[in-house]
Amino acid sequence: MNRLSLKQKIGINILAYLVCFLMFFPIFWLVLTSFKTNTLASALHPVFFFTPTLHSYIDAIVNNNYLHYIGNSLISSVVSTLICLLLGIPAAYSMVFHRTRRTDFTLLWILSTKMLPAVGVLVPIYVVYNRLHLLDNVFGLVFIYAAMNLPIVIWLLYTYFKDLPKEILEAARTDGASMLVEIVRIVIPLTMPGLLSTALLAIVLAWNEAFWAINLTNVHGATLSVFVSGFKSSRGQFWANMAAGSTLAVLPILIAGWFTQRQLVRGLTFGAVK
Amino acid sequence: MNTTISNTTMPIPGNDGLGSGRKARGKSLRSLWLVGPATIYLFVWMIIPLGMTIYYSFRRYNLIQPYIKGFAGWSNYINILTDPNFLASLSNTLVLVGSTLILTIVLGLVFALLYNNDCVIGKNVVRTFAASPFFVMPVVTGLIWKDLMMNPTFGLLQGVPDDIKEAANLDGAGAWKTFRYITLPHLGRSLYAIVMLETIFFLAIFGQIYVTTSGGPGVATTNMPYYIYLQAFSQWEVGGASAAAIFAVILANIVAIFLVRMINRNIREDA
Repeated sequence: MNRLSLKQKIGINILAYLVCFLMFFPIFWLVLTSFKTNTLASALHPVFFFTPTLHSYIDAIVNNNYLHYIGNSLISSVVSTLICLLLGIPAAYSMVFHRTRRTDFTLLWILSTKMLPAVGVLVPIYVVYNRLHLLDNVFGLVFIYAAMNLPIVIWLLYTYFKDLPKEILEAARTDGASMLVEIVRIVIPLTMPGLLSTALLAIVLAWNEAFWAINLTNVHGATLSVFVSGFKSSRGQFWANMAAGSTLAVLPILIAGWFTQRQLVRGLTFGAVK
Repeated sequence: MNTTISNTTMPIPGNDGLGSGRKARGKSLRSLWLVGPATIYLFVWMIIPLGMTIYYSFRRYNLIQPYIKGFAGWSNYINILTDPNFLASLSNTLVLVGSTLILTIVLGLVFALLYNNDCVIGKNVVRTFAASPFFVMPVVTGLIWKDLMMNPTFGLLQGVPDDIKEAANLDGAGAWKTFRYITLPHLGRSLYAIVMLETIFFLAIFGQIYVTTSGGPGVATTNMPYYIYLQAFSQWEVGGASAAAIFAVILANIVAIFLVRMINRNIREDA
């Protein structure tokens, strides 16, 4: 690649930035629109320079109950991630440090549940939730998000735990440390960065989830996905409001996402891509 | 495989007196306590509902007509297969998956090659920004695109293919040959995996359709998840929705079998 001439280097740079601009433009446009008035936002010719207003943000928070939805998004993503870690850490620990003949099969089975399409279990979950009064309940989403992310969390933890030097654990075992002590005092502290980014990825995936949120909730348990999709019928009159609501829904997770990119590839491909 | 051996044969001081059979049994019991909860959780939330879907697909079951019940035989499946809307949604699903696959793989490869080039200034930052749309909720992406596409002044999308051709020209034939005979074969196995993973994700697209077109006009943009959603929640037809869901599961499984086999091979190589 060093054989490239200056001209080629400039060309590649221009192209790289152009592609970056095209990919990022919709997000930029969204944020820009959120500072417009509704009339300006639905103008036929796009406007780039204008006096910004926070009106739509105030509207989203005061009139559209934004805080209720973000509360539900926070509960459903954080609590489901905690369940994933609680179930996933012991499972991954056992699969790395206490291997049995069944380990490979179990791991594979866990990963394969992620390949089951959600529509395959939609109807029974709806019917059972209806009986258990979990419809339109944020905890209904918590349980399903935990099941949705558990395979990814276990796989990521499995790869992180495997990177731990075996000698450290063997030394602890010689000192007579119990498994719980081993997990809490050695495995968790030593894999903290991996653990945190795994948790962050699970939160991002649950936060952005739309299928279950739209089908299982509508007001009380509804998350930001439902809040945003509520704008779909407005036919452009309230674009500024939609943009402000969406920006508020997207920005926190977008920033979190920038930090989890590396894990994302590791987590979503289950080691099928090396 | 080395780790397995070193783990099982590692001498544990103080435990030497135990018989090997008892030790092995204690070991598998211990791993049962650790792996068990996660396995049971997934079983309860994924496999049992899947079993129920299969059961419902053979039942007469409509949520707003509770007096209709009983064993339906294959009639739900026959109804689905003779429903033109289902067949349309099936072909839409295949077209959607196929075309998105080609588009994402081709563009993805070109962009990846572009951002792997060391002469790009601020490579990591540009790459991060370019990958940002991934973290945006599908419902939001749907709404933005709805806005941009309905706005007649924007013609952004048409510009892309020309730029890419330009990129290929910039590097000249030498670079093309490098790509064709070195990079591409090297990527072979990863590409194979990505195609299958993407297929599974694209088969499940829902949020974008829900907010942009709601499956319309007519059934022009209805894919299988959306069809099943309509069967279940606008017709309340549990039996029919379940039968269609079984088709979706089978479709995903055709791909999943190959993928699981590949992951299995990689796990074994790593262990």
